[in-house]
Amino acid sequence: MQAPFTSHHTVSKRVLGLFAIGIALTATVAVLGVILGMLADFAVKGGPELTWSFLTEYPRNSNMEGGIFPALAGTTFLVLLMTLMGVPIGTATAIYLTEFARQDSWFARSVRFAVNTLAGVPSIVFGLFGVGFFVQFVGKGLDTASGSSVFGDGSLLWCAATLAVLTLPVVIVAVEEALRAVPRELREASLALGATRWQTITKVVLPNAVSGILTGSILAVGRGAGEVAAILFVGVTYSAESLPDAVTEKFMHLGYHLYVLATQSPDVEATLPLQYATTIVLLGLTFLLNFSAIYLRSRLRRR
Amino acid sequence: MAKEYPTKITATDFSMYYGQKQALHNISITVPERRVTAFIGPSGCGKSTFLRSMNRMNDLIDGTRHEGGMVIDDVDVYDPTVDVSTLRRKIGMVFQKSVPFPKSIFENITYGLTLLDRRSKSDLEQVVEESLQRAALWNEVKDRLHHSALGLSGGQQQRLCIARAVAVNPEILLMDEPCSALDPISTGKVEELITELKDTYTIVLVTHNMQQAARVSDYTGFFLMGHLIEFDRTRTLFTSPAKKETEDYITGRFG
Ligand SMILES: Nc1ncnc2c1ncn2[C@@H]1O[C@H](COP(=O)(O)OP(=O)(O)O)[C@@H](O)[C@H]1O
Ligand SMILES: [Mg+2]
Repeated sequence: MQAPFTSHHTVSKRVLGLFAIGIALTATVAVLGVILGMLADFAVKGGPELTWSFLTEYPRNSNMEGGIFPALAGTTFLVLLMTLMGVPIGTATAIYLTEFARQDSWFARSVRFAVNTLAGVPSIVFGLFGVGFFVQFVGKGLDTASGSSVFGDGSLLWCAATLAVLTLPVVIVAVEEALRAVPRELREASLALGATRWQTITKVVLPNAVSGILTGSILAVGRGAGEVAAILFVGVTYSAESLPDAVTEKFMHLGYHLYVLATQSPDVEATLPLQYATTIVLLGLTFLLNFSAIYLRSRLRRR
Repeated sequence: MAKEYPTKITATDFSMYYGQKQALHNISITVPERRVTAFIGPSGCGKSTFLRSMNRMNDLIDGTRHEGGMVIDDVDVYDPTVDVSTLRRKIGMVFQKSVPFPKSIFENITYGLTLLDRRSKSDLEQVVEESLQRAALWNEVKDRLHHSALGLSGGQQQRLCIARAVAVNPEILLMDEPCSALDPISTGKVEELITELKDTYTIVLVTHNMQQAARVSDYTGFFLMGHLIEFDRTRTLFTSPAKKETEDYITGRFG
């Protein structure tokens, strides 16, 4: 009596299972297809433009010809400066949160809440914050105090500061995770030998968390490197005769350059190959960062 | 109670709380100098908490609070003027899970020393050899001092942790179930070591293994639900316990 009923049930379940797997597989293939199709499209349309001189020359004729050198260099400066500003602050915050703060304290909870909220804020809002806070408030304030006009305008410095704030949550979360992965027993062993908390952090905790900290930093940098909206009003420029001499100058940026080519050019159609080639460079930069993060993480796992 | 020997550690009406929860209730005890004192009792009865109260490792846990006195060598451990690092250097600790630092054997042993000041290389080498000799590990590792300590076996790692604790020249060794993760042969070696080390150090040993307490300790305290039920010479406690609870425990009637 029961056998046919059971087998019938199993068959329908099996069909349902196959169906689910089929959908999942189709979705995966579709996503992969879109990505590969996009990359192939970029490669075909932009590939021919992607020459050594494209990377090393200045743009000419209102960005209609020539290369992207100042944008590539500007993006690199920006990323470096942003890292120098954001990673130490983020790491210090993470160290405070994991090693010093009482986990249930009002202050630690507020900081965590702020970090999580920050992570969900749209980039353009950071852009407004960059103008309002860094340029207008801090920059103009510094200028008024010193009686000069150095800081009160958009610049590489304020863009880096804005991106440092934008990537802060990524750094903090990643470093916290890396610190928490260090076994409590190691900390206790160090403290029991008479080490202070600070000695324990510098001699035991940080050396054991360094790969995680690096991975997190690279991911954050990757997030920052592709960001345009956040720096739109904070100091990027669409053309430059030379590289910035100081961090207080304006600079060119790959993402912004792409935006300019696509919207502000005298003949947008004609710049399409340049747009594609620029896209490839920008994507290449982000991929490189993400892959090095993945590589580091896998090495960390293996240990 | 331990009148025959000078006293090293004295707890007086000592209580410890984790937040609202009281883990130790009015413990009073005198731990004799250069003897092995064992704490036994069922899991969760407060043995580790009491041990960690002696070198203030419980300070590291949010929300702990104590009452009563804990005196080592006439110094109140919880006095605000006490420097915790100095206190902990005087009191070595060996944990249940052997935790060598992911560094070389040499660096593990010298870790505690280099915290204080710079030492000459020959000085450090001498301490490393002495400490490893003490921990009966020298012959096994002398040819690979600069290899990672993580390459040692479990038993060797635990003896390394003992050597690491001994290297800073403490007066007391606190051991929290040091053999519970070891095989019988390694356990035997560590027990032998404990017997040798007691000439130099005051040893407090937490163990869940009554046979171990009987084998290596001179005095034994029996804990139950945060109370010190009975404390006496090990022989006395195991052969003619004064309390019904102790008798029930050592005869295996519960726990
Ligand atoms: N970090 C902690 N936070 C809260 N309660 C704890 C903590 N550590 C231990 N306790 C509690 O204190 C009591 C004694 O624990 P412990 O000293 O570890 O016992 P034992 O070492 O005898 O097994 C137990 O009830 C345990 O749950
Ligand atoms: Mg315990």
